[in-house]
Amino acid sequence: MTQSEPIERALDYPMPPIDAIEPPPEWAELRQQCPVAHVRLPSGDQATLLTRYGDVRQLIADPRFGRTAEEEGGARIGAEGASTIFDRRDEPSPIPQSGAGHQRWRRMLTKWFTAKRMAALRPRIEAMASQLVDEMVAHGAPADLKAGLGYPLPVWVICDLLGVPDSDRDRFAYWSDTFLSLSRYQQAEIDAAQAELTAYMAGHVEAKRLAPGEDLLSDLITGADAAGAKLGTEALVATGKGLLIAGHETTTNMIGKMMAMLLSDRSAWEQLVADPALIRTAVEEILRYDANPGFGLTRYLTEDVELPSGVLPAGTTAVCSMAAANRDDGVFADAESLDLTRSPNVHITFGAGPKSCVGQSLARTELQVVLEVLVRRLPGLALAVPSARLRPVEGLLVGGLQEVPVVW
Amino acid sequence: MKIIVDQDKCVASGQCVTAADTVFDQRDEDGIVVLLTDNPSPELAADVHQAAAVCPALAIVVED
Repeated sequence: MTQSEPIERALDYPMPPIDAIEPPPEWAELRQQCPVAHVRLPSGDQATLLTRYGDVRQLIADPRFGRTAEEEGGARIGAEGASTIFDRRDEPSPIPQSGAGHQRWRRMLTKWFTAKRMAALRPRIEAMASQLVDEMVAHGAPADLKAGLGYPLPVWVICDLLGVPDSDRDRFAYWSDTFLSLSRYQQAEIDAAQAELTAYMAGHVEAKRLAPGEDLLSDLITGADAAGAKLGTEALVATGKGLLIAGHETTTNMIGKMMAMLLSDRSAWEQLVADPALIRTAVEEILRYDANPGFGLTRYLTEDVELPSGVLPAGTTAVCSMAAANRDDGVFADAESLDLTRSPNVHITFGAGPKSCVGQSLARTELQVVLEVLVRRLPGLALAVPSARLRPVEGLLVGGLQEVPVVW
Repeated sequence: MKIIVDQDKCVASGQCVTAADTVFDQRDEDGIVVLLTDNPSPELAADVHQAAAVCPALAIVVED
């Protein structure tokens, strides 16, 4: 692939993952030679893939454009018969998707994710992580760190945030798993899970309305936005579902990938054990270095937009690969190396601009706590298989590893 | 050093508070940035530049 030889046939996107550490080789090729690339999605629809930091950051932060599924002309992602959460156009969202309304909705949530709130929440997350590590140790080595710690911890934290009882955690985890399917679940299973979670959340909202607790949903029910408007039941249900879906699978997979990155060549892990003060910068670098990020963000262009790499015309569905952008050596010195001391780290794993991840401080806190607990409790932690044998998950919009077997 | 924050652009990630908690704070009601001082002492310059660099909304401008 060179500039004199333009790609005639569209690349299939997403590219197949390589392993826990190596990104698809196309990222570097596209960044260097074809930063605005034609790709074909699993649905068969065409889209334009962006891989350079400057292009990706500008477009995902542009308040004029929203996700593809909000627009009639946008490309669909999922294959026929297995549409994804991002493809649904049948019911308009009860949550404003852009502009001042989106900002007012978002700002009802953000008080729950401040630095002070995170500091207050940290001991609870630490207790949950310690309990899970205790249970894993009690079962003996080897153990799957993803199943034992990565999978349950974010669901426990979100259930806590939403005031959902501990006994419903397992159901929550299953529902969330089905929503991000690219091809793993049948449409009927996805639809059934959607309906079950919606019904559960509606009942939960009603219960909180009658007896508000000290949780985010109760706060949304009793509060109002900056314009004095209250959220209706539909918007409350959609908000609760959205927080579960956005916060579970992503964090679960990141915990697994984080440990694989640190343990694949154990010197990174040993560096953290020797100096736990590096945990904050290490988490940022791991977020940047992720080679199995999942799909990226789509943007449907309702008007022409000028990016550093050129003009994209109105009507384009752009796929923004934040992970490819995070390896742009024009922005990150020695971008292909994992440097646990890198600072400042301007990665865009959580997006950028008005729609950047609302729960990013919570994700950071969970990842930091996982490392704090593991460094303290299991400093001898090691992968039970060579890292080349860690298999990436298939069929989900969120990238990750199937299992992370460890010994200690 | 002079610091300007844009509260309308702010997305309440809390990254600035983590970087420099004597310079930046967040409103209790919505987490939006509050500037505790717009002209902090020079030894905080590195932390303030860090805060501006990692802000996901690029809502912090530092003039040296």
